[in-house]
Amino acid sequence: MSASLTGIAASKGIAIAKAFLLEQPELDVSKQPVDNAQDEIARFKEAVQESKQELQVIKEKTLQDIGEDQAEIFSAHLLVLEDPEIMDGVSSKITEESANAEYALSEVANMYVDMFENMDNEYMKERAADIRDVSKRVLMHLFGLENTSLATIDQEVVVIADDLTPSDTAQLNEYVRGFATDIGGRTSHSAIMARSMEIPAVVGTKEATGTINQDDLLIVDGLEGRVIVNPSDDEVQEYKEKLEQFNRQKEEWAKFVNEPTKTEDGHTVELAANIGTPNDLDGVLSNGAEGIGLYRTEFLYMGRNELPSEEEQFEAYKEVLERMEGKPVVIRTLDIGGDKELPYLDLPKEMNPFLGFRAIRLCLEEKDMFRTQLRALLRASSYGKLKIMFPMVATVEEVREAKSMLAEAKKELQDENIEVSDDIEVGIMVEIPSTAAAAEIFAKEVDFFSIGTNDLIQYTLAADRMSEKVAHLYQPYHPAILRLVKNVIDAAHKEGKWAGMCGEMAGEPVAVPLLLGLGLDEFSMSATSVLPARTQLRSLKKTDAEGLVEEAMKCSTADEIAELVESRGFVIQ
Amino acid sequence: MQEKTFTITNETGIHARPATQLVNKAGQFSSDISLEYNGKSVNLKSIMGVMSLGVGKGSEVTVKIEGNDEEEAMEAVDQVIKEGLGE
Repeated sequence: MSASLTGIAASKGIAIAKAFLLEQPELDVSKQPVDNAQDEIARFKEAVQESKQELQVIKEKTLQDIGEDQAEIFSAHLLVLEDPEIMDGVSSKITEESANAEYALSEVANMYVDMFENMDNEYMKERAADIRDVSKRVLMHLFGLENTSLATIDQEVVVIADDLTPSDTAQLNEYVRGFATDIGGRTSHSAIMARSMEIPAVVGTKEATGTINQDDLLIVDGLEGRVIVNPSDDEVQEYKEKLEQFNRQKEEWAKFVNEPTKTEDGHTVELAANIGTPNDLDGVLSNGAEGIGLYRTEFLYMGRNELPSEEEQFEAYKEVLERMEGKPVVIRTLDIGGDKELPYLDLPKEMNPFLGFRAIRLCLEEKDMFRTQLRALLRASSYGKLKIMFPMVATVEEVREAKSMLAEAKKELQDENIEVSDDIEVGIMVEIPSTAAAAEIFAKEVDFFSIGTNDLIQYTLAADRMSEKVAHLYQPYHPAILRLVKNVIDAAHKEGKWAGMCGEMAGEPVAVPLLLGLGLDEFSMSATSVLPARTQLRSLKKTDAEGLVEEAMKCSTADEIAELVESRGFVIQ
Repeated sequence: MQEKTFTITNETGIHARPATQLVNKAGQFSSDISLEYNGKSVNLKSIMGVMSLGVGKGSEVTVKIEGNDEEEAMEAVDQVIKEGLGE
């Protein structure tokens, strides 16, 4: 009988291979008396020496196979092993307590791990993982155990582990077809590495190491986040087909990475990606996005105890702008409040947070906080092509006030002799029906619109898609949405401005032809949707899409519109 | 003994790369080198020690060096800090 585990789909693809269980031996580091402290210190130093040699090899290999950034992890590990505080700390503990090296090392390492983990800084917290990783390596040598098990893999396997440390992932060779772990999320180290190595991975399965035995046949489905243990022949067959289909499709898409997004009749649109942090940029670049259509800055503010400094924000914005090398980057100012809480901001509890005190409404009240973000954005503007977007705009007054704060911040910086780009477009996110309906008024005040469909749909239909009983009313293809989107695009064009869309809808195969026909200039979506969307757009003609829209405007229901698009062959399979 | 006070001007303070730069430079000398900040003193040859201070931009730190190559060491440390700690 096959068993199935579910977890988080961390990296796309499908792997079918035998399990390679990464043993995590329980290391007994309890205190043992030793007779000769000098001998014990010598034993410790030898283990450190062996670890250093090993790290040198891994570092070189990583530099060759993966890249400089990843190799730097091991330079950091080497530095830890050369650290006099740690090395002398262990030696004196051995001498003073006549204790074994294993105990002395883990005591000293734990002290630093605790110290770094308690620091209020992400970078320092990661250093705790380094110390843990490197001290485990030395411990393994002290116990006379092999550290290199992963590098010795010489047949196709799926690696199963509680978690994979940086030194583990650096040793994954071409025989590793995929992996599954007990812990971790989409942004954990192992998940990020899996995506950069382009091997399927499922993380956070909770019980992979407990359920799976060495050499069990496994299917890792990185598309759906499933691991099937000892599958039936039928299941293997099914997944082999799924894998082939995935590979064929990837090849098809990959052809268009560096191609322009041009329709068959020569109309060009911009295909951009949405990101949450600079870490998402690898995916943006490898999928050939032509810009960033939405950089959500919330993540800079979340999961912490105080507001991010101007400096910290500047660094993040600068990194994104620099890495995009002059391609357009739309950065949305803070969209938080209501349902997303920040512990350090004393926000009111509201009956109806989606209609409450959030986004631009909050920013125009919390002026210092907003000013800090605007200054950071303006300072970063000289490093690339920045466009600033204000979220949740309902009135023209809000636009004017936000723009005047932006102008003040700019003046302030110029007085401080800090360089600010002269070519920054300022736009708004259109997600409130009032703004969509009165778009021609707003179009005179801004440089661009970006339609946020997730909120626009729920506000227009007055339906919360998370609420099961009304979820069916959340209809992206409702005739009213089509009309509002049309109104927004037309209003922008009438004033010579551009209109984009940064909601989920922009990458939906049914929506793409309609949006093309409506004249949308920029489509922004998750990075993995970019190539499928480009493939579809290149197969369409704008004139056909315009005809499609004409017909769609006559439909009475969302279903009729969706069926129309499909029946006319606009959606490629 | 050599003693000198510096104001750290680079954006991230003494974190990550700047700390590595300083520690690597300090490691080239035989003198004892300490870094003092906020009433705490650490070995400037220890990456853990230096990073544990959490020195931010605009902080004042004092470097003390004692040993037979103290003058050259201070000169070298001075240069690394003034060059913006490799940033």
